[in-house]
Amino acid sequence: MAAAATCGTGTRSTGSMVVSASRNSVTSFQRRGPRASGTDSGCSRLVSIAGTRPSVRNGQLLVSTGLPALDQLLGGGLAVGTVLLIEEDKYNIYSPLLFKYFLAEGIVTGHTLLVASAKEDPADILQELPAPLLDDNCKKECDEDIYNHKTESNIKMKIAWRYQLLPKMEARPVSSSRFGHYYDVSKRIPQELIEASKWHGFFLPEKISSTLNLEPCSLNHSYIKLLQFIQNIIYEEGFDGSNPQKKQKNILRIGIQNLGSPLWGDDICWTENCDSNHSLTKFLYMLRGLLRSSLSACIITVPTHLIQNKAIIARVTNLSDTVVGLESFIGSEKETNPFYKDYHGLIHIRQIPQLNNLIYDVSDVKDLAFKLKRKLFTIERLHLPPDLSDTVSRSSKQDLAESAKLLGPGCGMTARGKKHLDF
Amino acid sequence: MLSRNLKNVSIYHSVFIMFVFCSARGRASSPVWVADTARASSSVGHAAGARQAVLSGGPGPGRESSQGCSFPLLGMFPELNNLLNTTPDQAEQGKLTLLCDAKTDGSFLVHHFLSFYLKANCKVCFVALIQSFSHYNIVGQKLGVSLTTARECGQLVFLEGLKSAVDVFFRPQEEPHPLQFLREANSGNLQPLYEFVQEALKPMDSGEAAWRCPVLLVDDLSVLLSLGVGAVAVLDFIHYCRATVCREWKGNVVALVHDSGDAEDEENDILLNGLGHQSHLILRAEGLATGFCKDVHGQLRILWRRPSEPTAQRDRSLTYQYKIQDKNVSFFAKGMSPAVL
Repeated sequence: MAAAATCGTGTRSTGSMVVSASRNSVTSFQRRGPRASGTDSGCSRLVSIAGTRPSVRNGQLLVSTGLPALDQLLGGGLAVGTVLLIEEDKYNIYSPLLFKYFLAEGIVTGHTLLVASAKEDPADILQELPAPLLDDNCKKECDEDIYNHKTESNIKMKIAWRYQLLPKMEARPVSSSRFGHYYDVSKRIPQELIEASKWHGFFLPEKISSTLNLEPCSLNHSYIKLLQFIQNIIYEEGFDGSNPQKKQKNILRIGIQNLGSPLWGDDICWTENCDSNHSLTKFLYMLRGLLRSSLSACIITVPTHLIQNKAIIARVTNLSDTVVGLESFIGSEKETNPFYKDYHGLIHIRQIPQLNNLIYDVSDVKDLAFKLKRKLFTIERLHLPPDLSDTVSRSSKQDLAESAKLLGPGCGMTARGKKHLDF
Repeated sequence: MLSRNLKNVSIYHSVFIMFVFCSARGRASSPVWVADTARASSSVGHAAGARQAVLSGGPGPGRESSQGCSFPLLGMFPELNNLLNTTPDQAEQGKLTLLCDAKTDGSFLVHHFLSFYLKANCKVCFVALIQSFSHYNIVGQKLGVSLTTARECGQLVFLEGLKSAVDVFFRPQEEPHPLQFLREANSGNLQPLYEFVQEALKPMDSGEAAWRCPVLLVDDLSVLLSLGVGAVAVLDFIHYCRATVCREWKGNVVALVHDSGDAEDEENDILLNGLGHQSHLILRAEGLATGFCKDVHGQLRILWRRPSEPTAQRDRSLTYQYKIQDKNVSFFAKGMSPAVL
């Protein structure tokens, strides 16, 4: 019954979704509005916010992260009112890309942006956003890709025919839809799109110069400033429903870069037991409180590989809703490993929130890798390349076992078992 | 023969098993069982649960289940009630229950206890620090309780941590707020929070016995450590609450703590060990040792303890595996998941 109903709600239009809301409240497929407690508008009006769609599972309002492949892995998108935490890769090469995709998606769909950074001026960050692939461009540039893929997909597998039945992950753009767009990383976003959008910037060196008259608090001063800035924007622009005159509701997309790094004045990356051990976790808690009561979604990148205290990493993970970790192969021994030669790194979905539900969507695919092509950032299921050597020697089998151990049992997100058990 | 029947998952055989066990235990409520079976999403899960209950040796020590106990058709997880040998009508009093989860999410236990105590007609003070009110409300509706009506009629006192934290941080007021420690520089004490709980749960002097017993539910205590409160301060808070709610007012306290496992969180370990030592019932949700599985979401360990009697009989411990579904959680013995059989 559950599966059929899920398929049903997926294909129904929004009109009938409202009808189902009037049914008996015991059924779990009642369409529910978003959790923003301040908004009193009806359910049907909120669906009309551009760039959002209700989740099939629990009616949660979702926004796209900018990468349709990542949306699919997160169960449809990022829920409004939640935090997406990106654990940065070692040299901070690929996580800014995800950050920029998120902001670019906000510009294309007309959401308001709030960009906070301690390293770069938000205006510069916006200049470097990738250009969206609109319908006509998409067809021209991806025709060659599609042609190559078409010949491959027509070949039926003769030996490994069981794999034909596995679901294919969409790695290339099929069509541009209203939810989730594709971007060309090699081009910059057109200037007129930036000028047409509404954005607020928080550049730490500019804001921190004024002296503060705050009572001493265990929260870092920069974090206090940032929280007040965010709260001001939310309140003044009515994202928390406090301004009932606003006719058109919109989503606020918040992006905070390199949170927890020494540039924010936080010293958790230097020592294990420091005085401001709780600054970052307190900040995340207050941010969560602000987000839950407003129509906003937030992306944060944190250099967790620099944090010395493992307990803080665990606490930060618990306080965020969705956690995605990037592990790039640059500089590690995996770069020369022949099994990873097609990819640039691994992507781990560490946590998915469980909102308004006892259970959540768990993707079947646990081993995921990403690849930065010339124009696209793709996320694919990790395939080991075929063993094409003439003689299958013992040493290559050893390598296989070693790399398989790296992938395997630690990837579960609902329940993680002991690491030494391998299959 | 049993395994073959279970493979077919036919309702007739499950009903047959139900009748056998019903008569064996002397219950008169077989029509209720039949309705339950027909309605349940996994009838096999029920069969396995019932079988386990018989094999575990009947009711626990000192607890006799009444003859005409009614299993609510809608409700908090009836299988968990069966395993814990409680019903909303005869909930125990004066107990501290510790919920802990390791490498998995144990919030389904919080939802269970919340709906259980609301159904048992107890006055509940819920300190919800991690999610918003509507989250618990929506899940509670799936489990058959409405938090909004409970809050309106005074049965539920809900402290929404996230909203109150924003209030206390950005709009400070003069009077003490339960989350006052957020504004303090050093690791504050939780006395304002304790006073809030005391105010919420104190028995009415007007003489009307409206609610059965006061219950304090906290979700979760590990978040307090992240907010700068020391482990000792949290232990003090629970100690005060136990002394007032459990001893003085004969109520219950239920708290959730995360077990950080190999993350070497010393403060969390202090808190977990300290609470584990003083609690009467420990429910521990763990991930499977073999990693992720789609059909078995984890393992639940139930430990009954007698902390006040040093020479008590041996503490009882049971282990079950569970699968979380949309409105229910089904429990089964280790290795007896319907997907595996």
